[in-house]
Amino acid sequence: MKYQTQKIALAYFAVAMALFAVQILGGVLAGYVYVMPNTLSELLPFNIIRMLHTNSLIVWLLLGFFGAAYFLIPEEAEREIHSPTLAYLQLIILVVGTLGVVVTYVFNLFEGNWLLGKEGREFLEQPKWVKAGIVVAALMFLYNVTMTVLKGKKTAISNILILGLWGLALLFLFAFYNPENLAVDKQYWWYVVHLWVEGVWELIMASILAYLMLKLTGVDREVVEKWLYVIVAAALFSGILGTGHHYYWIGTPAYWQWIGSIFSSLEVIPFFAMMAFAFVMVWKGRRDHPNKAALLWSLGCATLAFFGAGVWGFLHTLHGVNYYTHGTQITAAHGHLAFYGAYVCLNLAIFTYAFPILRNRDPYNQVLNMASFWLMSGGMVFMTFTLTFAGTVQTHMQRVVGEYYMDVQDTLAVFYWMRLGSGLVVLLGVLLFLYAILVPRREVISTDNSVAAE
Amino acid sequence: MSDADVLEELPGDLMIWVLIVSELLVFGAGLVAFLAVRITDSTGFAEAQAVLNRTGAGINTVVLVTSGFLAAQAVLWRNALRRGAARIALIAAALLGIVFLIIKGAEFAHKSALGITWESHPFFTFYYLLTGFHAAHVVAGVVLLLLVAWRDTSRNIEAAAAFWHMVDLVWVLLFPVIYLLQ
Repeated sequence: MKYQTQKIALAYFAVAMALFAVQILGGVLAGYVYVMPNTLSELLPFNIIRMLHTNSLIVWLLLGFFGAAYFLIPEEAEREIHSPTLAYLQLIILVVGTLGVVVTYVFNLFEGNWLLGKEGREFLEQPKWVKAGIVVAALMFLYNVTMTVLKGKKTAISNILILGLWGLALLFLFAFYNPENLAVDKQYWWYVVHLWVEGVWELIMASILAYLMLKLTGVDREVVEKWLYVIVAAALFSGILGTGHHYYWIGTPAYWQWIGSIFSSLEVIPFFAMMAFAFVMVWKGRRDHPNKAALLWSLGCATLAFFGAGVWGFLHTLHGVNYYTHGTQITAAHGHLAFYGAYVCLNLAIFTYAFPILRNRDPYNQVLNMASFWLMSGGMVFMTFTLTFAGTVQTHMQRVVGEYYMDVQDTLAVFYWMRLGSGLVVLLGVLLFLYAILVPRREVISTDNSVAAE
Repeated sequence: MSDADVLEELPGDLMIWVLIVSELLVFGAGLVAFLAVRITDSTGFAEAQAVLNRTGAGINTVVLVTSGFLAAQAVLWRNALRRGAARIALIAAALLGIVFLIIKGAEFAHKSALGITWESHPFFTFYYLLTGFHAAHVVAGVVLLLLVAWRDTSRNIEAAAAFWHMVDLVWVLLFPVIYLLQ
């Protein structure tokens, strides 16, 4: 670790991993409710479990991004973070806000209160005081990293990362605008949801991936930067008007069907470019970095993002197809692999890269960490397939044949059981990952009998 | 020659070419979609097309191609160090872009006066989308040409001219497919 303030990342990553565990437990519970529908129906209804599953995902990914920024910006800017105190205060605000959401929803406190009560707008459910806290925390963060970069060296990686993070914070402001009219409400809602995951988050993803490639493969910065610019241009070109693929059936004019179909089809390109980038860098790279696990997560990230976000997204993005598949398990299949590939793997890649450095622990536990990659990824890919099959059957029976929703759901039970099984495998993978990252202190497999196993 | 050298040889900048390829993909996909929907209702499309002003669009083709020629001349003149001539050519190219927009605007106004909107028929959805998007690119191109007439490095002029030729090329594809194809 070159700079002391990189240590800030450790706290962010730790909280992120705790929430990651919560998210996966919530996911497994939700998967269980799918096959045993009355589980906890009074105590913790499905809609609350689902909210915890999705929101803890978003919060831990964001904490991971913030941590990644605190980790890599000192190295890129070649100076310490402007104010470590502010960085820790920001984390405290975010943690308090997150706990506030959980307590408010689980116990249904302050129902109907405009400031303290739940809002029930998918993904933006946070009570207003939490939203305000998020904005304050984001401002502190942006001030802190922007000051660091302004005073230090400016590189393409940190510029794109900061551009992405500024975009993330500014777009969140649309969360405060909640019009009465449902169509208009949805239109603005996507400004946050779509323009995050298919816009500015891709900039964050590309820049973190570029940083990892730079460190792990030793390819010239100039080459990495050229790729980065092309990826970012392709992401923004396709992603911004690609928002139109959410405007097919919400009451917006019909021309969105063509704008959305055409531009969102092109959203495959940046994901393909990121995959090509990662593999070309490894192929061209001369450095044989000892952290093989970080490289595995990086390549896995680029590959699964291409399939989950790119291919599975394209699968149902054309409006002629989406007319039938909209809101079926096809969407769930795409959502799971896209988030896992693009953003979960990315975070786990930077955790895997940073942890040994942050804890001053060399060499790393490669084998367990790499095994956790295969367990988690195998589980997620299997889950994606089961949900895709479930969605195909559902689309046919419900949308083509015209059977009733609940009748169709009954016939899908076998897929939901398999999904639960794959969810348990993912949970095992997560536990193994956490163990590999946090517990062992030394793990080179030694042939020397005098070295005790630890 | 390695990949990096090929990229270095591109006139203008790599990023303008990324943009050009992306734009061509979008307009290409739009034209393919137009032709695909046209198969489902060829009579309806033919009736709708009859309302269009082919003469105006024909004149606009000449205007835009001439403008493209001037932009290309500007690159040659700038490279021959005739900066003044290059600047005049760029400004003239931009003015012709504005002429294109005026004719296009009159065309849109006429459609609007007839009560034709993007909802009137699928033909007009595509008509407004494709030629409207294209007109927006003409606006961007005019701004770009004037910008590089001011900041007139060879590289800048090459980039703007490359973009402007893309706008040209897209029109030369839109014109026959939307206005003429029977």
